[in-house]
Amino acid sequence: MNYKINGKSYSAEPQAGQCLRTFIRDLGLFGIKKGCDAGDCGACTVWLDGKPVHSCLIPAFRAEDREITTVQGLAHNGELHPMQKAFLGAQAYQCGFCTAGMIMTAASLSEEEKKDLPFRFKGNLCRCTGYHSIEDALHGHTAVEEDKPGHACGASLQNPFGESIVTGNAHYTMDVAMEGMLHLKVVRSPHAHARVKAIRKDKALAVSGVHEVFTWEDVPRILYTTATHDDFHVDPDDTYMLDNVVRFIGQRVVAVVAETEGAAEEACRLVEIDYEVLPAVFDPEEAMLPGAPILHSGPSALSRIQDAEHNVFMKIEGEVGDVEKNFAESDAIYEGTYHTNKIQHAHMETHGSITWIGEDGRMHVRTSTQTPHLTKNKLAYLFSMSPQQVHVFTERVGGGFGARQEVLTEDLCVLATLKTGRPVKWEFTRTEEFTATVSRHPMKITIKLGAKKDGTLTAMQIHTVSNTGAYGNHGGEVLASSLGSAMATYRCSNKKGVGYAVYTNTVPSGAFRGYGATQPAFAIESAMDELGLKLGIDPFAMRRKNMLQEHDPVHSIWPSPHDGVIGSYGFDQCFDLVEAAFASGRGEKKPEGEDWLEGKGIAGHAQDCVPPTEHRSEAHLGLLADGSYHLAIGSAEFGNGITNAQRQVAASVLNSSASRISMDFADTDLTPYDTGTFASTGTSVATLAVNNAAAALRDSLLDVASVLTGVPVLECRLENDHVQCGSRSLTLKELHTNSPFRDKLHVSRKAYGSPRSTAFLVHGFRIAVHRITGEIRILQSIQAFDAGTLLNPMQALGQVEGGVAQGIGTSLFECMVIDDTGAVINPTFRNYRIPAFADIPRTEVFFAKTHDAYGPMGAKPLGEAPIIPIPAALGNALADATGIRFTSLPLSADRIFAQLAELQK
Amino acid sequence: MDLHTITEVRRPANADAIKKWEKGFAWLAGGTWLFSEPQVDTHTLIDLESFKWPSLQPSSEGLEIASTCRVIELDQFVEKAPKDWTAAPLLRECCRSFLSSFKIWNEATVGGNVIMSLPAGPMISLTSALEGVCTLWPRDGKPHEMAVVDFVTGNHQNALQPGELLRSIRLPASALKKRYAFRRFTLTHFGRSEVLIIGTKCQEKGDFLLTITAATLRPMQFSFKSIPSAEDLKRTIDDAVPFSLYLDDTHGSPAHRKHLTYYFSEQIRAELSA
Repeated sequence: MNYKINGKSYSAEPQAGQCLRTFIRDLGLFGIKKGCDAGDCGACTVWLDGKPVHSCLIPAFRAEDREITTVQGLAHNGELHPMQKAFLGAQAYQCGFCTAGMIMTAASLSEEEKKDLPFRFKGNLCRCTGYHSIEDALHGHTAVEEDKPGHACGASLQNPFGESIVTGNAHYTMDVAMEGMLHLKVVRSPHAHARVKAIRKDKALAVSGVHEVFTWEDVPRILYTTATHDDFHVDPDDTYMLDNVVRFIGQRVVAVVAETEGAAEEACRLVEIDYEVLPAVFDPEEAMLPGAPILHSGPSALSRIQDAEHNVFMKIEGEVGDVEKNFAESDAIYEGTYHTNKIQHAHMETHGSITWIGEDGRMHVRTSTQTPHLTKNKLAYLFSMSPQQVHVFTERVGGGFGARQEVLTEDLCVLATLKTGRPVKWEFTRTEEFTATVSRHPMKITIKLGAKKDGTLTAMQIHTVSNTGAYGNHGGEVLASSLGSAMATYRCSNKKGVGYAVYTNTVPSGAFRGYGATQPAFAIESAMDELGLKLGIDPFAMRRKNMLQEHDPVHSIWPSPHDGVIGSYGFDQCFDLVEAAFASGRGEKKPEGEDWLEGKGIAGHAQDCVPPTEHRSEAHLGLLADGSYHLAIGSAEFGNGITNAQRQVAASVLNSSASRISMDFADTDLTPYDTGTFASTGTSVATLAVNNAAAALRDSLLDVASVLTGVPVLECRLENDHVQCGSRSLTLKELHTNSPFRDKLHVSRKAYGSPRSTAFLVHGFRIAVHRITGEIRILQSIQAFDAGTLLNPMQALGQVEGGVAQGIGTSLFECMVIDDTGAVINPTFRNYRIPAFADIPRTEVFFAKTHDAYGPMGAKPLGEAPIIPIPAALGNALADATGIRFTSLPLSADRIFAQLAELQK
Repeated sequence: MDLHTITEVRRPANADAIKKWEKGFAWLAGGTWLFSEPQVDTHTLIDLESFKWPSLQPSSEGLEIASTCRVIELDQFVEKAPKDWTAAPLLRECCRSFLSSFKIWNEATVGGNVIMSLPAGPMISLTSALEGVCTLWPRDGKPHEMAVVDFVTGNHQNALQPGELLRSIRLPASALKKRYAFRRFTLTHFGRSEVLIIGTKCQEKGDFLLTITAATLRPMQFSFKSIPSAEDLKRTIDDAVPFSLYLDDTHGSPAHRKHLTYYFSEQIRAELSA
């Protein structure tokens, strides 16, 4: 068959049931992406005879003799298409995985069609940006600023990967072809709890092209945790690579390796497994009761599981002051119980790995991870290999949000490569993301607050039951966090908390942006309003009365000494900025009609800039022979923009431009050890290491220059491409050539996540709610954030907007629904809606003016926290509008209308 | 997605070329649903595109819509519809009630949506409200007709026999000349319909037809000689729609669907009374 793609002719025969996207990618054109594989996300948008279509739904044979255009065919003679330029100028991407589809959709629109962007973009999902930068691109707004030597920090410099993203030439994990590659697929458990009695492989092995069928008997019998932390003892070793007990629907049972995905899938359908079905439990409180089914017994129960007989992975408690006595002396007390929902990360690139043995005889792992170094160590441990024998790296990663702080695909690929000697690829389906990875921990939180008549908090008490699912992974750390920052946001001498991370037979929970803080913030910030209501104190006054102050200790429920500090203080500014924005009269007007009610709500939060456990990183920075710089850092880039921020910091310290700094990152062969990029460590740890290294290299280069020129070092000054030594100018190239000390041209510096500074933020919403239908419309959305000095204002804005969008999804409609058999009933984007363009109002974003004493160049991280206050701020606005306190997420119309109907009786 | 179990694609010139219908065969129209989920029991796709049925045939009798008519064609037909087809804008209202993107409508077909028979299928809402009649081509036997409202029998269920083709749907001119009122609710912006209710009223005779879709497992239609009272309408729905008939999925709870059904039905009644 003949195909014309991007003006070039191809003669190729598609498989009978092949979709156009795979067909095009098999030709080596990797610009179009697989996000959902079901027509819902639009990442695979191409033009067919000039019309935009979702190529995952087009039978490949139907495109025969038709004109196909992909994002890689938009540029002409090296000149970018105007829409590609617009996306670059507005930096309308973060991870960039959706960008090909966004651009192909945007570039297909007429001027008339562009007038209704919410409608036109309903079939293009982006999980990173919150869509505002995309709208800006379509309006031709430019955010990117010039890269001036010495002024890199604080400038909105273009992401160094921008051009490759908008042209479709950036290579994500699966965007490579390899000779002899095998495909891995797994059989997943249909039961929530069962013992595997027997597995018959023969029919599966008989399928043509099948190489291996692995069961629990074929894997190292080593207990471990899929979570990645440098201090791996914080997570329980409760998992086997493949097990003869399954604990949730979707758990992997058997792995098949075959020449094609189709053969692997067919073999999976032919594996015969006998199960002994065991009783299962889905509710964490039921799971703690005597007589409940026990998930972990035997060897796994001995591994740091606190009370396996009651399914309690971990119980954490603490108290400062005397809570009971102070509740007794309070003028008002509020107590309420709140429930939070199970949320999927929905990063657009699914999990996946490709492994092979290189000519060097080592295991190479190309993967989508936030923790390359930790993944390497875990793989070495699991396969009893020397860490030197393992190389883990990422190229470009399509979003993370915590979901990639796990080893979920790498291990079986390594196993298969070890057994077959061949490259092996495993790419998760979108459904597997929902049924077999991780999600946000659902929590039941009882919060009790006491106050004096003037609003001063007297005592705070929190009780958390967190559902960690079938495996413990991040359960303990998330639980600790749920008793941490949200409880530290307000000053109070008497705080008490107890929390349980509990096993149930559901798909595991894991790390997720706002790690363990988003859930209690919903409860605590709702409670602050309710307590204020009892005392007749408005939400701003109630919070200002109690908010953490500049010289306060940062403490939650533990009296022990700690390293939490306030490196810069802007909480007060955040409240003022939100209050002023409300007063401005901006935003939409309430819709007309008496059925629409209007309300305002706020929520604040103080977030630690580094988590309390072990976090460190090391930067290597050196001068190259051509006079430019090279930076190597082990942190990971997955749309967070951290590589851009890092080269900006280095450039500023070196008084150079960012473009003169080349980088290696997220590669265990090319970069020093790093404990992973999550929980804001990208800024607070890795970028701090870069800052330290840049200062050291600057001093070292000046020292060399002084020796070479005989000019005292105090009279030497580093400039963009030379050192000014008094009246003499020495180019960096000359310095490199003539330096008598080779090792003074390269430095290494480490940073460690302590002390831990504090970022502050406040979110405000004004909403309208329809008292009959339950529809909520956001009329005004405001976030004020104290992130210290901004390294890149455009990226900072993008992080806030993206976090707010995820928070709106979390608050208003997102929910993984688990039925009474333990199955996730909505494991597709069609049935688990994430916010689309139309769902996200433009948020007014303000930044407080502060300079952090500990962060790199005075910066504090802002990727983690923007999501945290959103559910409570929306809940508070809803309560203000209706007088009803909704205590369970999400606040979707079908969940709130019944209580609203009570209003009319 | 790739359908790895498909081993053959047939592109016959007409339906008669497929003499014997086998298990594992599937007619392929737009393919936008077929390719959105694994189809492990299917091995052969039979392409309807090669039949080249004319998509839209307007006449004084009404509008004949081939099952292979692309949604986009129906959406754009609104601009060309005869002036006295006062209900023509409803075509666009319903085309725009898909959860899917306009890009999908370039391929998705009207017939495909009806045959999927999902409660929220907007082509079902449209063609049942406008009194559409299906022409069905069984593999053995003569073509026969059936009202759309009878064709869809439940959630993902219909009267189609194995191998039987939905050839077309005819909307009578009398229905296209009616006044209409349209109400829809979705939990997310442009999301899947939780409730989609259409009322029509004959401008000469005054008869009123209310069609409830999306909220219920199958389309529910109520015909009145004239606009009923609010109480009569409520009682009629009460009697005909038990709670178990309201759909329960992640796009809306049964209680909310029921609540909105009454709320919007009454709005439609009031609007068409005026």
